[in-house]
Amino acid sequence: MNDMRVTERTVTDKEIKMKARKVQVFYGDNHAIKDVDVDIEDKTVTAFIGPSGCGKSTFLRCLNRMNDTIDICRVEGDIQLDGEDIYDPKVDPVQLRAKVGMVFQKPNPFPKSIYDNVAYGPRIHGLARSKSELDEIVEKSLRRAAIWDEVKDRLDAPGTGLSGGQQQRLCIARAVATSPEVLLMDEPCSALDPIATAQVEELIDELRERFSVVIVTHSMQQAARVSQKTAFFHLGNLVEFGETSKIFTNPDDPRTESYITGRIG
Amino acid sequence: MPLLWIIVIVVLLGAGGFVLGRQRAIASAGGDARILHSLPNYYGTNVMILAIVPALMVMAVWMVIQPLMIETRVTGMIPEAAIEAAGNRGLVMSDVRRVADGLDTAIAAGALTADEVRDLSTADTDVRARLGEVGVALGSEVSAEVLAAAQSYRALKRTGGLLMTGVVLVLAVLGLAYGSIRTNREFRARNAVEASILAILMLASTIAILTTVGIVLSMLFETFNFFELYPWREFFFGLEWRPSFEGGSDLGLIPLLWGTLYVSFIALLVSVPIGLFAAIYMAEYAGKRMRAVAKPLIEILAGIPTIVYGLFALITVGPLLRDYFAEPLGLGSSSSSVMTAGVVMGIMLIPFVSSLSDDIINAVPQSLRDGSYGLGATQSETVRQVILPAALPGIVGAILLAASRAIGETMIVVLGAGAAAALSLNPFEAMTTVTVKIVGQLTGDTDFSSPEALVAFALGLTLFVITLGLNVLALYIVRKYREQYE
Repeated sequence: MNDMRVTERTVTDKEIKMKARKVQVFYGDNHAIKDVDVDIEDKTVTAFIGPSGCGKSTFLRCLNRMNDTIDICRVEGDIQLDGEDIYDPKVDPVQLRAKVGMVFQKPNPFPKSIYDNVAYGPRIHGLARSKSELDEIVEKSLRRAAIWDEVKDRLDAPGTGLSGGQQQRLCIARAVATSPEVLLMDEPCSALDPIATAQVEELIDELRERFSVVIVTHSMQQAARVSQKTAFFHLGNLVEFGETSKIFTNPDDPRTESYITGRIG
Repeated sequence: MPLLWIIVIVVLLGAGGFVLGRQRAIASAGGDARILHSLPNYYGTNVMILAIVPALMVMAVWMVIQPLMIETRVTGMIPEAAIEAAGNRGLVMSDVRRVADGLDTAIAAGALTADEVRDLSTADTDVRARLGEVGVALGSEVSAEVLAAAQSYRALKRTGGLLMTGVVLVLAVLGLAYGSIRTNREFRARNAVEASILAILMLASTIAILTTVGIVLSMLFETFNFFELYPWREFFFGLEWRPSFEGGSDLGLIPLLWGTLYVSFIALLVSVPIGLFAAIYMAEYAGKRMRAVAKPLIEILAGIPTIVYGLFALITVGPLLRDYFAEPLGLGSSSSSVMTAGVVMGIMLIPFVSSLSDDIINAVPQSLRDGSYGLGATQSETVRQVILPAALPGIVGAILLAASRAIGETMIVVLGAGAAAALSLNPFEAMTTVTVKIVGQLTGDTDFSSPEALVAFALGLTLFVITLGLNVLALYIVRKYREQYE
């Protein structure tokens, strides 16, 4: 942890990758997210914490327009990726999702081989010009997700046959393969045992070198371990957003303090 | 005693048993139902089940076995010579039954008394004439052996009927008595009823299974009879279907099987793409309101009787295909064609394919869709590359089920494709299928000892084996690949 803080101090002014201003989300009549302003920095892990139903997953899904697949969901406000409004009619949500990848709560490998799982994104977006190039992308992605050594001899085996932790790392490899700029993770460890969780956390820390990562988590220890920035959500409001070390040691808002010390949630 | 009366009496005994059991239970608890092990109704139900179920079961079994036993005893009375003269045992026995029934009718009509019937003999009475007077027409003169056999047939039937009535009623009363004696407040009537219900449910499923076995066996025996009269090699490999009741017919399976498979193939060619695309639209694209309207509308297609589809084929599709395709292309001038039947049958099968596939596509977990969308896939890419592969085993199962429906379909083929067997590649030519020929061979006056009639059973069995094979294949595929996304 101490090392982590040191690296953080060495890179001081990172550029802002995603910027959200006055974001409102409605599910039908239910006002789920109210006036949220967040800046996601490049090459940083940002953690969203908060009690269940506080809207952190909903907000995460706004960042790559996954909420578009839900009929009754309506998003207002301004979310920018590299200064471009992602809800602009000119933006193709399909292209956006290639840039802003997502890893889900439950590992969801496709019922295909391990190779095809990872090659899925590159194939759709035409990222590889030849078979050997595709092989290269698959290997690189699996290495980056720290699962290459475990699966390199059985790339043709079905992805669903792996263990839970391996499946989740496969899903991370799958998301990494499209070379996204931002990686969204919705409670990526909640279905995993402690060993697999540790592996995934280690992986998240490595991914930070190339992407900006946004992670939703219920575990405050996890947020403290992996993130540099933390946002605390409560009842659809963004209560506090800042350096992880500050949020966990010296929060400004009394609600943040109560949540972190376990009095609300 | 007529059957209905026996049943009514047994049911009445059961109803009485219910009341009795209930009262005895409450009485044994001194009027306080809370002391009882079970609710009072359970005691009543227990007595009722004991009174009704064993009695009616014995009756059912008796009614199956009694004719078989009488048959064997009576057959023994007829000398071999008489059997040889008539051709086979079955014919003599049907004569015996006819005479016996005739005698019953005569008694009922008052033409003969029971005593006269018992003493009847061919020596001093013309039985055929006497029975003819009361409206029972016999094919030939009644021989002394047949009359004797008929008389003993009647006597045995009468004794058997009396015996059965006695046994069934005694069993009902015994069950009632046993049930009420056992009824006291310690007795676990609730558990006893539970066990009886389990037994009844098991019985029902056993009957369903045994019936299937019975159907197969009956087909199997007739098929053996057929193959004794007609060489199996010519049946399975014969290229000609030309039955003639004067004998010397060609009964080759191949043209009929070809017709069946050709029509089914066209039907699947029509129904699978349309049904599958409709299912994909319903499951993935359609909004809630659209789905609520469109799905029942498609399923209405499944409720239309096939004869109505047949009429549609006959008066609309057939002439249409003939005028706009077959004649301009020079492929034929018949409005009955494989194409007509295939297209209409395909329309009939659309709801089967779409409804089953829709359910299967809906069963693919949402997380797979999210995963695909999250990687920047479009909706159709997701459907093509993730959802369809995941749902494929189920969809294959749906298609195979539709195929077995197509193979077994009769009415649409009769009206759409005609009844002439042909071995041709031209889809605008009239052909026919196995099912149509089964109907054809068995309608009208048929002689069940000729290969021309018995061939229907061989055809039926062949069809059964094919559809069974398809169903087994469907089950196998579904099972083998089912767990892929669980």
